[in-house]
Amino acid sequence: MNKVIEVSGLTKKFGNFTAVDHITFDVTEGEIFGFLGANGAGKTTAMQMLCGISMPTAGEGTVAGYDIIKQNELIKRNIGYMSQKFSLYEDLKVWENIRLFGGIYGLSEKIITEKTDALLKRLDFEQERDTMVKYLPLGWKQKLAFSVAIFHEPKIVFLDEPTGGVDPAMRRQFWEMIYEAADQGITVFVTTHYMDEAEYCNRVSVMVDGRIDALDSPAALRHQFKADSMDEVFRQLARKAERGD
Amino acid sequence: MKQFLAFVNKEFYHIIRDNRTLLVILGMPVVQILLFGFAINMEVQNIRVAVYDPTPDAFTTGIAERIQQNAYFTYLGNVYSMNEMEESMRKGELELAVVFQQNFQEDLVHSGDAAVQLLSNSSDPNRGSIAVTYATAIIAGYQQEQMSIERIPFQIRTENRMIYNPLMKSSYMFVPGIMGLVLMIICTIMTSVSIIREKERGTMEVLLASPLKQGTMVFAKTIPYMFISIINLIIILLLSYFVLKVPVNGNLLLLLLISVIYILLTLSYGLTVSTIVDKQINAVIVSAITAMIPVLMLSGMIFPIDSMPRVLQALSTVVPARWFIAAVRKVMIEGQGFFMVWKEVLVMIGMTFFLLGITIMNTKKRLE
Repeated sequence: MNKVIEVSGLTKKFGNFTAVDHITFDVTEGEIFGFLGANGAGKTTAMQMLCGISMPTAGEGTVAGYDIIKQNELIKRNIGYMSQKFSLYEDLKVWENIRLFGGIYGLSEKIITEKTDALLKRLDFEQERDTMVKYLPLGWKQKLAFSVAIFHEPKIVFLDEPTGGVDPAMRRQFWEMIYEAADQGITVFVTTHYMDEAEYCNRVSVMVDGRIDALDSPAALRHQFKADSMDEVFRQLARKAERGD
Repeated sequence: MKQFLAFVNKEFYHIIRDNRTLLVILGMPVVQILLFGFAINMEVQNIRVAVYDPTPDAFTTGIAERIQQNAYFTYLGNVYSMNEMEESMRKGELELAVVFQQNFQEDLVHSGDAAVQLLSNSSDPNRGSIAVTYATAIIAGYQQEQMSIERIPFQIRTENRMIYNPLMKSSYMFVPGIMGLVLMIICTIMTSVSIIREKERGTMEVLLASPLKQGTMVFAKTIPYMFISIINLIIILLLSYFVLKVPVNGNLLLLLLISVIYILLTLSYGLTVSTIVDKQINAVIVSAITAMIPVLMLSGMIFPIDSMPRVLQALSTVVPARWFIAAVRKVMIEGQGFFMVWKEVLVMIGMTFFLLGITIMNTKKRLE
């Protein structure tokens, strides 16, 4: 199996503070990889280094086959990114947002039009084509943001707490979309707070104080920590944390 | 190029969708040029005047009549004591009192010298001093007239040839200043907010994680604002030409070229501010303060640079508006050609590249 993400000793320091402390792991193509950790554990910083928007202090690695230090511009072409904050433009219409990001990723006008039609149909969003994004309910916005993040068919999509603040039914639908993307061969790298979502992942890693303290499939982790659920696994690990929020 | 166009498009939508801001952006130059133009330049009219003449004679009546007839004055009538006059002035009814000395004609004929006092209400210093200047001129005119008729040697104390003109002239000097100020405020504030807005909304992260180059983004952001600023420029020029009657004596194309360079410069400044501060509100404050105060104080708009202390003169060289205003005055008012303004143009171009360089560097630094 191809490794689409491989990093070793990846570290990020801000002054004296070590946000990410020598993490080493890999992600296989087509996998749904859950990246867990309490607030402040260093998840977002680690993800930003993988996406090429933050320079590592130490360590090395490749994402989508490109070096994260030297080839970060090439990485950017091959990934999709959905940030923790809502990442579409509220004052643009649904189709305008799609066209903007299509344009940024260099897709031609024709392809953008075709794919937009298909996308809106698949999401059952056709009547919302001309709706200003700010008028959409939060769950719909998240679905749209995810669709935009994978619109250019990246090798990997990074999702930073994509379901924050969304109701359970919507989260369920959102995860169906993630599965669809994985079926198309897109590797999904997702951070989350919800432990039930961790169960949906092929493998999960748990970050504590900038380190990865556990990494395996949810079933194996439950077994290893003699726990009934991922929630319990997480609690056992998080108890060791010295950093607060 | 595709990226660039997609991004320019997006920026246009942001601006057009934000109706209130758009209204401010396009309305502000109109209001400012009319306000500045008229408040500072409009002829002072309807000056409420009264005459106190203890011993009326042919001369005093003649002068009083001239003042009464003058279109700039509204004659309130004669007063018959200094108390009455003071009372009226305190109430704000009276703005200018013409007070003749006793035995005016007698003194004038015998000693060739007589005095008339012009008391003006200077709570509005501008209006007050203009009222005095008007009255002085009327008296001077009358004296001259009398001299030629009666051949009496008069002592002419006030001499104000430019009196019927100086207001017009100051308005000529003002329009370039207003252009410099308005464009600076609008361009800087508008653009300073635009990059920070991306950071605050969280869209910046997504853009950084995309293949979009920082340079592309920065340039794409300036295009729509540039477009709007040019509309503003045209509005300002039309208003000053048709409403304030300031002619364009030099080459119009040269004037437009200078203005477009200045617009680019101020836009770049706005972008620079935007990469340095971290909140929209700070951006507005920083750009309003750094854009307005130097333009008002150090650009030569109000205070002539030549009469400033050396230190301030040196300081004024970093104020972009100084170069713009100087160039516009030369072209628009003095009707000079390119060879007289190439220095100003070069300085402005240099400043633009400097600021754009800083902006691109700073945007890159952000998350890397």
